[in-house]
Amino acid sequence: MSRVMRLAGLEPLAIGDDSLFVNVGERTNVTGSKVFSRLILSGDFAGAVEVARSQVQNGAQMIDVNMDEAMLDSKAAMTRFLNLIAAEPDIARVPLMIDSSKWEVIEAGLKCVQGKAIVNSISLKEGEAAFLHQAKLVRRYGAAVIVMAFDEKGQADTLERKTRIAQRSYDLLVDKVGFPPEDIVIDPNIFAIATGIEEHDNYAVDFIAATRWIKAHLPHAKVSGGVSNVSFSFRGNDPVREAIHTVFLYHAIKAGLTMGIVNPGQLGVYDELDPTLRELVEDVVLNRRPANGPSPTEKLVTFAESYKSAARKPEEELAWRNGSVEERLSHALVKGIANFIVADTEEARLAIDARGAKPIEVIEGPLMAGMNVVGDLFGAGKMFLPQVVKSARVMKQAVAHLIPFIEEEKKRSGVGGKPKGRIVMATVKGDVHDIGKNIVGVVLQCNNFDVIDLGVMVPAQKILATARENKADAIGLSGLITPSLEEMAHVASEMQREGFTLPLLIGGATTSRVHTAVKIAPNYKGATVYVPDASRAVGVTTSLLSADQRDSYVAEVAADYQKIRVQHAGKKGPMLIALPDARANGFRADWSRYVPPTPTIIGRRPFRNVDLRLLVPFIDWGPFFQAWELAGSYPAILEDAIVGEAARTLFTEAQAMLARVVDGRWVTASGVIGFWPANADGDDIVLWNSAKRDVPALVWHNLRQQNARPEGKPNYCLADFVASAGIADYAGAFAVTAGLGIEKKVAEFEAKRDDYSALMVKALADRLAEAFAEWLHMRVRRELWRYAPDESLDNAALIREEYRGIRPAPGYPACPDHAVKAPLFDLLEAERIGMTITENFAMLPAASVSGFYLAHPDARYFAVGKIGEDQLVDFATRSGLPLDVARRRLAPNL
Amino acid sequence: MQPDRTAELVRLLRQRILILDGAWGTMIQERKLSEADFRGPPACGFHDHGGDLKGNNDILVLTRPDVVRDIHDAYFAAGADITETNTFSSTRIAQADYGLENRVAEMNRAAARIARECADRWTAKTPDKPRFVAGSLGPTNRTASISPDVNDPAKRNVSFDELSHAYGEAIEALAEGGADLFLVETIFDTLNAKAALFALDAYFERIGRRWPVIVSGTITDASGRTLSGQTPEAFWNSIRHVRPLAVGLNCALGAALMRPYIEEIARTTDTFVSCYPNAGLPNPMSDTGYDETPEQTSRMLKDFAQSGFVNIVGGCCGTTPAHIRAIADSVRDLPPRAIPEEAERAIA
Repeated sequence: MSRVMRLAGLEPLAIGDDSLFVNVGERTNVTGSKVFSRLILSGDFAGAVEVARSQVQNGAQMIDVNMDEAMLDSKAAMTRFLNLIAAEPDIARVPLMIDSSKWEVIEAGLKCVQGKAIVNSISLKEGEAAFLHQAKLVRRYGAAVIVMAFDEKGQADTLERKTRIAQRSYDLLVDKVGFPPEDIVIDPNIFAIATGIEEHDNYAVDFIAATRWIKAHLPHAKVSGGVSNVSFSFRGNDPVREAIHTVFLYHAIKAGLTMGIVNPGQLGVYDELDPTLRELVEDVVLNRRPANGPSPTEKLVTFAESYKSAARKPEEELAWRNGSVEERLSHALVKGIANFIVADTEEARLAIDARGAKPIEVIEGPLMAGMNVVGDLFGAGKMFLPQVVKSARVMKQAVAHLIPFIEEEKKRSGVGGKPKGRIVMATVKGDVHDIGKNIVGVVLQCNNFDVIDLGVMVPAQKILATARENKADAIGLSGLITPSLEEMAHVASEMQREGFTLPLLIGGATTSRVHTAVKIAPNYKGATVYVPDASRAVGVTTSLLSADQRDSYVAEVAADYQKIRVQHAGKKGPMLIALPDARANGFRADWSRYVPPTPTIIGRRPFRNVDLRLLVPFIDWGPFFQAWELAGSYPAILEDAIVGEAARTLFTEAQAMLARVVDGRWVTASGVIGFWPANADGDDIVLWNSAKRDVPALVWHNLRQQNARPEGKPNYCLADFVASAGIADYAGAFAVTAGLGIEKKVAEFEAKRDDYSALMVKALADRLAEAFAEWLHMRVRRELWRYAPDESLDNAALIREEYRGIRPAPGYPACPDHAVKAPLFDLLEAERIGMTITENFAMLPAASVSGFYLAHPDARYFAVGKIGEDQLVDFATRSGLPLDVARRRLAPNL
Repeated sequence: MQPDRTAELVRLLRQRILILDGAWGTMIQERKLSEADFRGPPACGFHDHGGDLKGNNDILVLTRPDVVRDIHDAYFAAGADITETNTFSSTRIAQADYGLENRVAEMNRAAARIARECADRWTAKTPDKPRFVAGSLGPTNRTASISPDVNDPAKRNVSFDELSHAYGEAIEALAEGGADLFLVETIFDTLNAKAALFALDAYFERIGRRWPVIVSGTITDASGRTLSGQTPEAFWNSIRHVRPLAVGLNCALGAALMRPYIEEIARTTDTFVSCYPNAGLPNPMSDTGYDETPEQTSRMLKDFAQSGFVNIVGGCCGTTPAHIRAIADSVRDLPPRAIPEEAERAIA
């Protein structure tokens, strides 16, 4: 049985025999990284912390911290650095490796870490007494330990000495100290190969063999090593070093290497190495000497010369740093690089200050110039939303740096720089969806508009009062669910009633140009403009607020909308048939040949705190890209000629963020399902509260397609898929969310002005909620309702809905009435798992899905489409609603 | 000093769910004691002490031992198997607020003796239900891994060494006073707890034997993390080296909100699991200052027991002997959580 090494930062890291290779970041080491060493020696600890952050961001699962430098008070530096990174959750989430050759420095480090760290390292160098003393303390501090293959005679350089010292150290630790064997890591010493000295040629082979021996002979012990040493002879030739590391790790991991201290930027993929280079490197690493001719080292050295010239130098990646400050700012904005933005902004400010100009000119000058480039590229389809949001993040950081100077300047002169305009934005009352609105807000802010974002579920009165108090230049409304369309029309008429004249912008997934023209604009005499996506927001707003363009633009839009209204009025709707005729042409299932399956449970059943890892495989990524306004189907979008690159970057970052969401349990996924005896009653589906089928628990009033159907095609209604009284049929219901607790992370990112990450987390929570619904539906089919116990479909087949039965969600085309969510939530007691609905039937948390389960083999999704006045009256009567309430609810279908 | 009762505890924990006592602060507040009560008779030596002592509940073990004894008795009468010493803040660091650093050894010793005397009296009454004394080691009022100064994230107002020395002093006195086990509780910063565990291990080595240790963390809000930012599993990994008799959660959230986190602990640990939540969330309108009735709290702990999460249950802030009695009744016939043979699970 494998015993697992259980490490922890803020989050756990378990390393067992079946774990994959663990990367330990090596850059926070003063002996190994010149950059880090310079930062620490100059006292720039903030810069040093960034080195740690980039290690973790680049995939280090642990970071090695070493302060062994003669010019340094190593103990104090270790303490200060570890205390600093303890305050950075995105670094502190990974376990630490406390690295020093001095015990007192290790001990100082151990006193700073709340998690379970690894000590790197102790050894028998100073004899058994010191070794045992240190090991006992390591255990008392609660750390794992790396033991270097080193004894009183020195460092082990042969296989025989490596294994003998490993055995002796292990025995002392396990038998004398009671050290848990799974917490022992042996480092059998990686030395440089290909040095030209023949005795060194077998070093890599010896390390690999020692690794294999340790795994075979020392139960539960792990193996580690400092990988960069092995290629030391090829300093300055990164492609060759990278190849050596890659080949060496390939073989060492096969032999059982558990973890390695590596530079993640200096690792390649074994299969993708240049075959010639790989062959030569393999000869060197495995010490395969030909009988005669030049040695493998000589051959590699010769070959390496040709590679050196092609070497990717890190300096090249930083070549843009040589440009003028304007060029650097522009580059940083376009590429979304935040590392230097504050320094560059400051440089630009000082230059402008020296000219006697105002700090605001840094924004109006070089920063806006950079953002204009971003805007142009975005408008031209050469940059994509995820990249623009990253640019915005950089811009916000630059602006944040300048604000104190601008404020000071304002105080001094009494006037400030004037933004292009002030816009009040809100997601309307009853709706909680704000991803799109936030994107528009960010884009506008980057273009020097002053945005007042009122958040979600904002009543009309608050929007109008805020606009008035702040002398706004425009109002922007957003919403996702269909009832929001009605609310937007309401806000428009309130603006008219209160005598507003400023422009009204309309956006959100369910809005459209036609809807805005036909349903919203007629309520308000001021300019009412539909904004199809974030890339248009700046153009529309600029035109609306510009003194010389405004009138012509407004007239143009008004004329366009008038044309749409005329077309719309003139357009004959689909040919509708009378409701009785539609019912007569309903779908007829053959109930004589079909026995409805009985669910394995009756009543509700909650699923609390579902393991997010279970849901990840069920994610449908298609809508994720749509959320970011990238058009195309997944996975084809990743190879798309136009948006492929942006999609790949977004996808990679989404995967990284998803891992953090899942591992860090940033959101809680909870859901509830239930099954009840059910029968159709006309177009209603009645869910009964008991097997007696006498008292309804919920009556679901459904709508029937009423358009004239081609010969042989029925007029569908969901009630057609449920048996009428007399047959024991059933229906299910569900409500799931993956958004519990999300606000905290979103707020954290927003506080750091990182809207990109905040949006990413929300978009991922939406995906997880959908995945949750998909996963649960599968379990319903296979186990809980159990009408398809043998179903086995892959995710693509699930996305194509190739299974039996459906899960229609209120508000979607087959059952467009949102209002049934209220009794649905009551029936499921959804509040007990933290889900509620607003007065306009939006679900909270926003990342939620709810609906019904129907099992009939012929059950299918369809769109109700337009219905006639007769069905509206019938629906109102069935539902016990006043006609005008029913009319408002079903407005999109009328 | 008590003999080693580890084997006895393990045997009992395999048989049934053991009951820990409930809140101390709530019980003491109900007595509406005055400054004079807290100072005690002149012989206690606090008459001339500068500064208020009212509110320093731990000092009552010296000044009003009768009050402390009554509370132990009330919880034993309610069915507790384990009582805690009234020493949640009896460290040099926490007592510095009252200027009583030099009395902490005395306080811990007295607290353990009072609890010992009560426990022995109840055990004598019902020998088939032995009672135990847990020496309580609270978190102190300082954090070793969080900066007190927003402008200097590297700053700390207490060091690991200060904490481990302070805990060492309390540990020695609690052991001498007769504690059967130690309870490192309400852990909001795991580094503080590790200093306590360090001191325990050093003390055990010095004396040449071990005492059972229960380690109980606190998930501060619905983020599911400790105040210092760890997830429950990370917390368990960080304290596992002390080989605790039990690990679990207490305080902060009520049982309802604690459920996913105690479930995570139960899923990831290979030792016994303890859980003693608050009586719901704070509610200034209620008598105890907390929301839940005994019936409500006990129903949720029963659910935990039925779900196989727990071996030791009790109450924290806002719970009373009535809560403990209801909890004891609700889990009496339920089996304790079985320790998984190998709860190991490697993450690839």
